[in-house]
Amino acid sequence: MTTLAPHPHDIGLDPGAPLVDLPGHSSRGRLERVLRRGEFAVTAELDPPDSADPQDVYDRAQIFEGWVDGVNATDGSGAHCHMSSVAICALLTRVGYSPVLQISCRDYNRIAIQGNVLGAAALQVGNILCLTGDGVQCGDQPEAKPVFDLDSISLLSVIRRMRDEGTFLSGRKITTPPRVFIGAAENPFAPPHDFRVVRLAKKIAAGAQFVQTQYCFDLPLLLKFMEKARDMGLDEKCFILVGVGPLASARAARWMRANVAGVHIPDAVVARLEGAKDQRAEGKRICIETIQQLREIKGVAGVHVMAYRQERAVSEIVHESGVLKGRAPWRRDFVPKMQAVESLWAG
Amino acid sequence: MRAALTPSAFEPRGKRPPPRRALRVRLWSVRHARLLERVYDAFEATLVAAAPLMARIGYDRLERPFAFVEAHVKGALFDCRMCGDCVLSSTGMSCPMNCPKALRNGPCGGVRADGACEVYPQMPCVWVKAYEGSERMREGARIETPLPPIDHRLKGSSAWLRSARRRSGGAAG
Repeated sequence: MTTLAPHPHDIGLDPGAPLVDLPGHSSRGRLERVLRRGEFAVTAELDPPDSADPQDVYDRAQIFEGWVDGVNATDGSGAHCHMSSVAICALLTRVGYSPVLQISCRDYNRIAIQGNVLGAAALQVGNILCLTGDGVQCGDQPEAKPVFDLDSISLLSVIRRMRDEGTFLSGRKITTPPRVFIGAAENPFAPPHDFRVVRLAKKIAAGAQFVQTQYCFDLPLLLKFMEKARDMGLDEKCFILVGVGPLASARAARWMRANVAGVHIPDAVVARLEGAKDQRAEGKRICIETIQQLREIKGVAGVHVMAYRQERAVSEIVHESGVLKGRAPWRRDFVPKMQAVESLWAG
Repeated sequence: MRAALTPSAFEPRGKRPPPRRALRVRLWSVRHARLLERVYDAFEATLVAAAPLMARIGYDRLERPFAFVEAHVKGALFDCRMCGDCVLSSTGMSCPMNCPKALRNGPCGGVRADGACEVYPQMPCVWVKAYEGSERMREGARIETPLPPIDHRLKGSSAWLRSARRRSGGAAG
C-alpha cells in the first residue's frame, strides 16, 4: 500500500511554520483550504484538560492526527472550566495542528474578546468559532456572573470587522488585522425550527464562513433544514459541517438528552441502542451510518465529530465510514520532499 | 433534575424570571403583536409631531418623566428591562432583554424541545415567542436583520424620547 500524501498546500516548511498564502482565502489555516478545494472536511472536538501540563493537550490532539482537518478547542463548554481555548490553540499551532478557537459570549465582554482575537491570530490560530455559550446554570459554578455582552451574531460581525476593515468596534485602527476563517454554530434540532434557517442566514450576513452544528441524531429534521438552506442559497455562501458523535449506551443517550442543553435524540435511536447486544459498538455504528448519509446530502461540506470521552474512537469512525475517500489529512510524520515544498513557496 | 436548579444571575436587572401573572401579559402582547405594532406606529408619529414642542421644553428635562412612564407602560406590557435601546419592532414584540443570555439576534442552541428556556424551564423561550410575534406583524421581516451590539450606556434611559428625537431629525441623544 502506498502512503497517501497530504495536499501540498497543507504542508509548511516545518510543522509549526505558517502555510503559503493562497489567493481568495481569509486565513492561512488548513481547514479553509480543504473546504475551498471542495473536499469533504472532518473536524473533531478536543476534550480540554483540567491541568496546566501542555503534554496533556498534545496527547489529546495526537489521537486525531492524520484523520481530521481541524481540532476544536472548546471554551468552557457546559459552563465548566478547563484549560482555555486560546491557550490550547496556541499549543496546537506550535506543532502544526489546525485548531479552531471557540469564543463563548458567556465569559468575556467585547474588550476582552477583541484582544483575544488579535492574540490568537498572532499565535497562528486560523479559525474562530463564535458561540453564545451555555448558561452558567449548567456548570459546577452556577453562582458565576454571566457576561453576554455580545451575542453570537454581533460577535461574528465584530471579528469580521476586525479582519476586513482592520478596525476595532470603536473604529480605532488595527495595524495588522487578524487573518481568520470565521465560523458559527447552529442547532437545526431545537425550536423554533422554522426560524433556524433564518438564523443561519443572519449569521452568514454577520460574517460566518462555516458552521458546525449540534449533534445530528435526527436525519429527517436535518434534511428539512438543509432543503430550506439550499432554497435560500446558504450552502453556497457558507460551509456547513454537521455535528455527529457516538453514543456510549442507551443510558448515556437518555442522560445527554435530559442534561445537555440543545441535544435532541429521538426515541428510535435510544430504542436501537437499548436493543443492541453491544451498545457501545451500536452507538459507533449509528455514528458511522449517519456520517455516510450526511456525505450524500447536497450542501453538507463536512462533519464535526464530537466524541466526548470516546475521543480514541474518532479515527476508527472516520476510517470505517470511508468518508475521506482515500484523502489524507495533514499529519506530522509526513516528511515532504523539501524541493517540492520550497518550489511552492518560491512560486 | 434540571428543573430543580437554582436560577443564576439575571441580567440586566439581576432579577429572577417574572411571576406567572406578568408572563401572561407578556405573552398576550406577543399574540397581539400586529395590534401593538399599529399602536406603536401611531404613537411614534405623535411623538415625532410633538418633537418641536419637546425640543422647546428641552429633552433633558423630559428625560426623567418619560423614562418613568415608559418603564411602567412597557414594564406592564412586555416586562421591559429598560435597556434604553428598544428593538421590540424587530423581535415580534417579545422583549429580548428577558432572555437570560440577553440575546438580541435570535435564540441560542439550548432551547428545550417544548420551546422552553434553557436557563429557566418554567419560562417559554423569548425567541420562540419573538418568532411567533414577528409572523403576525406587517414589518415582521425585520427579525431577519442582524442587530449591532447593544450600547450599555443607554440602560435606564427613554427609548421613546431618543427615537422621537432621531426621527424628527435631531441628533440622537
